Amino acid sequence: MTASIALTLTADLRYLLRIADTGLVHAQRLAEWCGHAPVLEEDIALANLGLDLLGQARALLAHAAKLEGSGHDEDALAFLRDERDYFNFTLVELPLRRGGADFADTQLRCLFVAAWLLPLWQGLGTSRDRDLAAIAGKAAKETRYHLAHAADWVVRLGDGSDESMRRMRAALARAWPYGAELFDDDEVDAAAAESGLGPRASALREPWLQTLRPVFADAQLTMPAASAFTSRGKRGVHSEHMGPLLAEMQSLQRAFPGGVW
Amino acid sequence: MNPSNEWPLWEVFVRAKAGLDHKHCGSLHAPDAQAAVQLARDVYTRRQEGTSVWVVRSNQIVASDPGDKAMLFDPMEDKVYRHPTFYVLPLAVDHL
Repeated sequence: MTASIALTLTADLRYLLRIADTGLVHAQRLAEWCGHAPVLEEDIALANLGLDLLGQARALLAHAAKLEGSGHDEDALAFLRDERDYFNFTLVELPLRRGGADFADTQLRCLFVAAWLLPLWQGLGTSRDRDLAAIAGKAAKETRYHLAHAADWVVRLGDGSDESMRRMRAALARAWPYGAELFDDDEVDAAAAESGLGPRASALREPWLQTLRPVFADAQLTMPAASAFTSRGKRGVHSEHMGPLLAEMQSLQRAFPGGVW
Repeated sequence: MNPSNEWPLWEVFVRAKAGLDHKHCGSLHAPDAQAAVQLARDVYTRRQEGTSVWVVRSNQIVASDPGDKAMLFDPMEDKVYRHPTFYVLPLAVDHL
C-alpha cells in the first residue's frame, strides 16, 4: 500500500479542492451506475455525465497540485489523500444505489450539483486566477447540458406516475437537508471573494433557487423549508459513507502506485 | 420486461458537420421526442461524430418490402444509359 500524502493547505487551495472534490466524488457515485441504469441509453448518459465531471475535477486537481507546489500530480491528489483532506460536499458522497436511494435520488442530485456549478463557473470566469477562469469557461458548456438532462428527468419522474412521483418526493426529502452546506460560508469563502479568486458559497444560493423553482413547479415538487442541519464535508468532516467510497476509489492507485493507462 | 412497457424505438440521424447531410447511424429507445434527442446525443455523438441530430419514430418510417426487391430494383441492372457517363463535359465544368 502507498502512504497518503499530506498537503500544505492555503485558503486558495481549499477553495479549489472543494470544487474539484465535489466533482470527483459525484463522478465516482455516478460511475457506480455503469452497467446498472434502468435502460442502456441512460446508462451511457450517466457515464458521460460522470466522465465530464471527472474531466473537470482532473483539470482542477492538476491546477491545485501546481499551486500546492510539493511536486504532487493530479493522481496523487485524487487518490492518495486521507478522508479528512477531501473537501467535497457531503451530499455527493451519499450512496446512490444503496441505502434506500434510487434513480430519482441520482437525477435530483445531478440537478442540485449542476444548478450549483453553473453560477459557480460563471463567477469563476472573472477569477484573478486565469487558469481557473479557463477551466470554468470550458466546464460551463458541459454543465449546461447536465442541467437540462437532470431537470428533464426530475420533471418526468416528479410529474410522472404515482410511483415515480412518490420516489421523487422521497428523494427530495433525503437530499434537501444536505443542500444547506452548498451555501454555507466560512473563512475560505470570505478570502476567495475578497481576493477575487471566486464567488463565496452564499452568493450561489439565489441563482440556485432560481434554477430550481421552475423545475420544481413542473415536477409538482414543493420546496422544503430550510434545514436546521448543515453537513460539513467541505470542511473535511464526512459521513460514514465516505470511507468505503474512498477505499474503492483509491484501491487501484494504492495497490499499483503510479499506475497509468 | 414486458415488451409492451418498453419505450418506443427511434431512428437516429447524425450530421457530421455543417453542409453535409444527416446520416442514419442507429436507433434507441426513448419515452418521447425530447428525451430521444438528448439520449441520441449521449449515445451517438460521444466521440465528436456530430453537430446536429434528427430522431424519428421508427414506426413512422414506411419501408419497401424486402420481398419486392426483385420487382423493384433488379430491372435497373441493365439500364446503364441512365448513368450520365456518355457526355463529354467542357473543361470549365470538369470538376462539377
